[in-house]
Amino acid sequence: MNIGRRSALLGLGSVATIGGASLAMASAPGEKRFIVVIQRGAMDGMAAVVPHGDPGLTALRGATPEGLLDLGGFFGLHPALAGMHEMYQARALLAVHAVAGPYRVRSHFEAQDYLESGADHRMTSGWLNRAITAAAGNALAVGVSVPLLLRGPAQVGNWAPHGLAEPPPDLYAAIAAMNQTDPVIGPAIANGLKARGFSDRTLMDEPQATNRNAFPALATAAGTMLKAPDGPRIAAMEIGGWDTHTAQANRLTGPLKQLDAGMVALKAALGDAWKHTAVLIMTEFGRTARINGTGGTDHGTGSVAFVLGGEVKGGRVLANWPGLGPGKLFEDRDLAPTTDLRSLAKGLLAEHLGMSGPALDQVFPGSASAAPIRGLIG
Amino acid sequence: MAVSIGSPFVTVRDTSWLYGAGMDTNPIHAMTRFGLGRRASEPLPTDPVGWLLGQLRADGAPRIDPFPNTQTGLAALQDDRVNKPAPGKSAARALFVAQAAAEFDQALTTPTPFRERLVWFWTNHFTISLRRGECTAVACAFIEEAIRPHVTGSFADMLLAVERHPAMLMYLDNARSAGPNSLAGQRRHLGLNENLARECLELHTVSPLAGYTQADVTAFARLLTGWSIEVQGEPKGFVFRPNTHEPGEQTVMGRGFPPGEEGGIAALRFLAAHPATHRHLATKLVRHFVADNPSPDDVRRIESVMRDTSGNLGAAAAALVHLPAAWVPGTKLRTPRDYVVAAVRALDLPEGNRPNMIGIAGLLGEPFMVAPAPDGWPDKATDWSSPEAMMRRIDWANAFAGRLGPRDPMEIADLTLGPLLRPTTIEAMRRAGSRRDAFTLMLTSSEFQRR
Repeated sequence: MNIGRRSALLGLGSVATIGGASLAMASAPGEKRFIVVIQRGAMDGMAAVVPHGDPGLTALRGATPEGLLDLGGFFGLHPALAGMHEMYQARALLAVHAVAGPYRVRSHFEAQDYLESGADHRMTSGWLNRAITAAAGNALAVGVSVPLLLRGPAQVGNWAPHGLAEPPPDLYAAIAAMNQTDPVIGPAIANGLKARGFSDRTLMDEPQATNRNAFPALATAAGTMLKAPDGPRIAAMEIGGWDTHTAQANRLTGPLKQLDAGMVALKAALGDAWKHTAVLIMTEFGRTARINGTGGTDHGTGSVAFVLGGEVKGGRVLANWPGLGPGKLFEDRDLAPTTDLRSLAKGLLAEHLGMSGPALDQVFPGSASAAPIRGLIG
Repeated sequence: MAVSIGSPFVTVRDTSWLYGAGMDTNPIHAMTRFGLGRRASEPLPTDPVGWLLGQLRADGAPRIDPFPNTQTGLAALQDDRVNKPAPGKSAARALFVAQAAAEFDQALTTPTPFRERLVWFWTNHFTISLRRGECTAVACAFIEEAIRPHVTGSFADMLLAVERHPAMLMYLDNARSAGPNSLAGQRRHLGLNENLARECLELHTVSPLAGYTQADVTAFARLLTGWSIEVQGEPKGFVFRPNTHEPGEQTVMGRGFPPGEEGGIAALRFLAAHPATHRHLATKLVRHFVADNPSPDDVRRIESVMRDTSGNLGAAAAALVHLPAAWVPGTKLRTPRDYVVAAVRALDLPEGNRPNMIGIAGLLGEPFMVAPAPDGWPDKATDWSSPEAMMRRIDWANAFAGRLGPRDPMEIADLTLGPLLRPTTIEAMRRAGSRRDAFTLMLTSSEFQRR
């Protein structure tokens, strides 16, 4: 067991370790950093990376939103992602559109399990944990708990900052709504939210100013630890707030801004280590192509993933674009998935962490049909 | 704490808004109202009333480990007085931290949670607080020596054990109280401290409704002079010091008591058996186990049981179980301590993987054994439902929900709340964006926050 001094200094109880001493000796941890961000709740890829060049978009979504940041003509990035757009312009960010895992479920819980298992069924370990065993490197879950993505035979450290536990606004809203009829708890929560600056009745529908620093702070902490010469090399983070069933245009801004600020903060904290870093941002599925009756979107299929980092071949959108016109949507409702998320993850593990084909098959069992995407790094 | 809007006296009898009719809520309710919430691994009682009454007959719980006792506590206190350690480094503090953790662990694993709740209730009734620093050394010993052995026994025995316990003698300043006409009082001009006598009358026994006077307080305080603590010498613990005891007979509430240690004991036995004491205790018991605003009939029922059994606390507890109103779910709000323990029980976390429940109870507003005043922690929903208090619960619940791991929140909700689960909560959990969010919703739901 190799206990990182840095981790020990940070008081990590179970401390980041490598999956077996011999392996650790055999392949000494290198400089490469790999970070996976899970967007829990299903981000609407069509709102984050808007395919405004597709003539079918207006029929589904109405007028093209204003202020989109250009991604090469066909796609536009949501204005809340300005920091990530700068990375795009610096060719350090790659958007991959119309991606999905190999599963076709629309339950958050199941889909997140599959996304993290790296399979079309639930496994007891996550693909990133299996990758640690194969690639070597200390791993760290940044957040309150270790996600399934990082669970498994390889031991993983867990670090959570104090004071960042505040739930996202939409969870607050759901809690308030659920307890509305309680004569004691209901008014107390309503007043508590008001006292914290949440707007009165429209918690669900308006962008919220609070809690915006939680994810960036987490990202800064992760970057600082991963930067350390003997710190962990692999980390997972989670960010919620994507389940935008109502008033999506407003509600999506907050989580996107947090994500954006988080990536900017991560890059800053990594400093020189940024050039050895690859970040994969992924969500469990996309959302319906059409706006629903309450200005939101429901659970769908294809979405967007982002890859960013110093050596990422960025400045482009990678998509085998399925189209939005009549007959193009999956089950006549969702953006059809044309790229397997596993192909993207396998490509990153191969090119960034130098993992071989057999090792990739162990990390993603039964993924022969999902060949690694080449040309992501370098 | 106060709620800024809404009636502070919400009628809690009608909880139809909370729970649907028809399903048998009794088994899970018994574990919630009288116990500490269901552990996922715990079987539901098929006979809820029998399950509760059985706990009153036998204490199946193991002794907490490390087992606190006054001797060890006072030895630590003496060490600290000699060694003068830095703040937070005292021997007494170390003892307390270990013992308090054991008390919370007991709450998670006890086979007799109703008994445990009675221990909590009576510990709060006879509040001692770490706000008086020296109590730290013997706070848990107080629970284990003065409270726990008596929760189903006679109130008089508990009262005696409490008022003679070094923790109480320290907390309410009796250890240094001296009769002005005692030997020591005359020589060293020491005087009376009425604190223990006053709080014993006002809070522990008859309550102001009994109409006692300042003269009664003073006379009772004189009777209790000499009730002190041996800290330096051996044996450590309660000691009666005749040289500080006020000579002469004293009259308390119309009754004469002789001087000497026996006089104080007789006065306590008199107070324990007083009808006003039975009324006072019955009111508090019904408020704690039935409803914030107890119905007079229910109070009278418990009061009569107390009277008929000469203050048998086991009989009073059994009578509470038999009150029909006690079986209406959701009329009480869980206090922070209750809430944290119930949450950890719901997840059934193994030893070594549990959050710092003492710290969390403090964070949520109910630090363990640190009540602000001798009247203890309040016992109404409005006392625990300030907006900030509720927000802290939510924030903590959200953090704690991160420990759910790969487990199914709906299954846990079904186990811990069962028929108490409202459709609204189930729907909200189903719509949640993650397992963790769903579990946060369960923990913050009205039905989980209430009991």
